[in-house]
Amino acid sequence: METKPEIGRKEKDWEPRVLAFLCRWCSYAGADLTGSSRISYPPNVRILRVPCSGRVDPLFILKALRSGIDGVLVSGCHPGDCHYTAGNYNARRKFAILSRLLEYVGIDPRRVQFSWVSASEGDKFAKVIRGVVADLKALSRNGLSRFPDLDEKIKEPAGPHQ
Amino acid sequence: MARIGVFVCHCGTNIAGTVDVKYVAEEMAGEKGVIISRDYKYMCSDPGQNIIKEYIRLYKLDRVVVAACSPLLHERTFQNAVKEEGLNPYLMEMANIREQCSWVHRDRAEATAKAIELIKMAVAKVRMNEPLIPKRIPIERKALIIGGGISGMQAALDIAMVGHPVILVERSPSIGGRMAQFDKTFPTLDCAACILTPKMVDVRSNPNIRILTYSEVDSVQGYVGNFEVKIRKRARSVDMSKCTGCGECVQKCPVRVDSEFDLGLGKRKAIYVPFPQAVPNVPVIDRVHCRFFTQGKCQVCQKVCPAEAVNYEQEDEVITEKVGAIVAATGFDLSDPNDYSEYGGGRYKDVINGLQFERMINSSGPTEGHLRRPSDGKEPKTMVFIQCVGSRDENLGRPYCSKMCCMYTAKHAILTKEHVPDAQVYVFYIDIRAAGKNYEEFIRRAIEQYGATYLRGRVSRIFEKNGKLVVRGADTLSKGQVEIEADMVVLATALVARSDSVKVAQMLGIPYDQNHFFTEMHPKLAPVENVTSGIYLTGACQAPKDIPDSVASASGASVKVCALFANDELIADPMIAEINPTLCSLCKTCVDVCPFSAIIEEERKSPDGKTQKQMRIIEGVCHGCGACVASCRPGAITLKGYTDQQIFSEVESLASNL
Repeated sequence: METKPEIGRKEKDWEPRVLAFLCRWCSYAGADLTGSSRISYPPNVRILRVPCSGRVDPLFILKALRSGIDGVLVSGCHPGDCHYTAGNYNARRKFAILSRLLEYVGIDPRRVQFSWVSASEGDKFAKVIRGVVADLKALSRNGLSRFPDLDEKIKEPAGPHQ
Repeated sequence: MARIGVFVCHCGTNIAGTVDVKYVAEEMAGEKGVIISRDYKYMCSDPGQNIIKEYIRLYKLDRVVVAACSPLLHERTFQNAVKEEGLNPYLMEMANIREQCSWVHRDRAEATAKAIELIKMAVAKVRMNEPLIPKRIPIERKALIIGGGISGMQAALDIAMVGHPVILVERSPSIGGRMAQFDKTFPTLDCAACILTPKMVDVRSNPNIRILTYSEVDSVQGYVGNFEVKIRKRARSVDMSKCTGCGECVQKCPVRVDSEFDLGLGKRKAIYVPFPQAVPNVPVIDRVHCRFFTQGKCQVCQKVCPAEAVNYEQEDEVITEKVGAIVAATGFDLSDPNDYSEYGGGRYKDVINGLQFERMINSSGPTEGHLRRPSDGKEPKTMVFIQCVGSRDENLGRPYCSKMCCMYTAKHAILTKEHVPDAQVYVFYIDIRAAGKNYEEFIRRAIEQYGATYLRGRVSRIFEKNGKLVVRGADTLSKGQVEIEADMVVLATALVARSDSVKVAQMLGIPYDQNHFFTEMHPKLAPVENVTSGIYLTGACQAPKDIPDSVASASGASVKVCALFANDELIADPMIAEINPTLCSLCKTCVDVCPFSAIIEEERKSPDGKTQKQMRIIEGVCHGCGACVASCRPGAITLKGYTDQQIFSEVESLASNL
C-alpha cells in the first residue's frame, strides 16, 4: 500500500459487513422464520450455520475481525433451552472473556455482539440484526484488513525493552 | 482438486423474483474449482434432482452446492439425491438464498450480491468437506410413557399391542388422568368413568405394560434408541404385593384434608385412594398430613389392615431403565377461578371453575352428584356459566383459545337442567367453537331441547348482594346490559400447561412455546413428533385438545415409536467429534464442557510397550455440539462436518469479497 489509510474516518455510504454465527436449532431456525414471515432487515449480514453457539471458537471471531469484517454476531438458544443442554452457556462465557481481550488489543468490543434468539422469534432476529447494523454504523469501518503487511510487522520486535 | 457443481434454484418466483438467479449462476461458474454452474426453476422437484444426478455423472463432480431454500427444509432431499448417484451425501452443501436472502430483502442488486457471497461461502466450505460414513447403533425396543391419562394409556396400549414393552409412569397414585375427574363426556353424554375404566383395566392386564404410579421421571440421559432414564418410585407406605384393596385403612383414618382430586370441594383421608376405580387400587399415605409421620402418633391404618400391608419404613426407590423412545403425555391444568379479580378473586365460594363443576355433578364426587352451593349447601336455581375466562386474553399473556370450554359448558348446561329441571341456566359467550363431529348439534340441543339461555357478551364483574351473586354482563345481540342474580357461577377458565412443564421440557431436551406447551416438530405435518429424536408428544401437553383428538394423537405417536423400533439398527449422525491423541494434552477441559459425558479417559498400550493415557469420545453418546472442539486449546478435537478448516474457509471467503 502506498498511502497509509486513516483508521477512524467514516467513508460516505459505507455499509458494515456483519458475520453471524447462528446455532442450527434455535437462531438459524429463527432466522428462517423471519424469512417465512417476510420480515425485512438490512442486507449487511452473512449467516454461518453452526450446530451450537458453543461451537464458536473465539479464533473464528478474531479471524473475521482480522480479515476486515466489521462486526460479528453470535446467537444461540435461550438459557436452559440449548438443544445440547449447555452449549449456549459456554458461548456466553467465552464471549465475556473475548470482550476483554478485544478491549486489550484495541479492537472495539462493540464489534462482537451476542444474542439469544429462539426458533419461534422471527421478529426478534430481525430486530437484533437492525440493532447490530445500527451499532456498527456508529463505529468506523474495520481498518484491520488494510494492513496486509501487518503480519510482517509483528515478526519484528519493537519497543523500549529491546 | 475438487470438482464442484453449483445449482441455483429459482423456487418459482420466491427466489428469482428478488435475486437475479441467472446472473448468480454465471458468476459462480468463474469460481475456482467450479466445473459447472446452472440455474433451474425447482431444484427440489424430481426433474431438478435428476439434473443434479445427471451432472454428477456427466461432469464427474465430487462436490455439490445447491443454492435454494433453507437446509433445514431440503438438506435431506439433496443429500439423498447425490447419494443415489454414488456421491457421499456429506459432500453436498446448501446456501440459503431464500429464507435468509430473497424473502428478507427488497433491493434486487443487494439481494443478488448477497446471494453470490453466500454461495461462495458454501463453495469454500464444501471444498473442505470430507466424506462421512454414518455409524450404526443398536435400538432398545422399549418405550417410556410419561403420564397415565387417556393419551398416555392409549399410547401404551397401541405400542404394547405391537409387542413392545412399555413403562407407563404416572405421578398421581392412579392412572386415569383428567377423564377420571369428569362426569360425562360430550357430545354423547357417555359416563366418563364407564368408558375410561375398561381402558384402565386393559392397561393393567396387558403383560407388555409396566405401570409405575406415584412415580416421577427424575432424569433422562442418552439419545434416541438408547435413553437411560431414572424413575423415582415414591414411597406409598403400603406394600403393593400385600394390599388387597379392602379399604379398611381409609375408613378408619382420622385425618381429613382437602382432596386434590375434588379440587378442594371435598375431603380425603391421609391414607387414600384418589377415586374408587383407581388402578392400582392400592392407597398411599400422604406423609405431609399423616399423624404418624408428623407427630409419631396414631398408626390406626397399620393396626386395622388385615393383610399387614402398611409399612411406614418404605422409602423412595430410584430405578434406572434403558428405553428407546419416550412419549410425553403429561396433560394440562385448568387455571384457578380465584385468579380472576373481576369475578370475585377467591372471595366467593360459589364461583367455581369447570373442573370443579364436574366433580360436583359426578355421583362419586364430594356432593354425591347433587348440585349444591359450596357456601351454604343449598340447591342452586339460577346458574350462570361464563366462557373464555382467561383465554383469548392478550392482557393475561394467553391469547390462545382453550378449545374445549364451549363444548363442556354446553354439557354443564345440559347436566344442570337434568339434575335441577326447574333451574334457569345462562351462558355468557363471545363465540361458540363447536368444530368436532356432532359438536354443533350438541350445542343446539343445549339451547333448544334443554332451554339454556345463551347471551353473547362478556361479564364485567360479579358481586354479592343479599346472599346472591350478581353477574353484570353485556348482551351484544340485544344491545343491552344484563344483570343476573345467580346462585352459583361456573367459570370456564383457561386450559394451561402444567406448572412444571418447563422443567420437564428441559429434562427431555425438547422445545416449548411461549405458553409452555411442548413444541411439535411441525405444526401442520408433524404434530406428534419432536425435533429431538426419540421423543414424541401426545395429548394436551402439546396444545389444548379434547378426548378424541388426544386418543388420535396417542395412536399417531405410537406408530412413530413402532416405526423407530421396526429398524434393526439406527443410522447415527456421523457429525460427531474426534480426538487426535497426538495433540491432546490430557487437560480434560473437554470433559468439563461436554454436556453428555461423552469423553472418557482410556489407557492404551503404545508400540514400545508402555501404557499411555488418552482421551476418547464415545461415538454413540456424542451429540455433535462442538463445545469440546471450541474449548480444546491444542486443537486436538475436530467436529466432523463443522471442522475448523471448513468454518475458517467460510470466514475467509466472506472477507475476500470486502
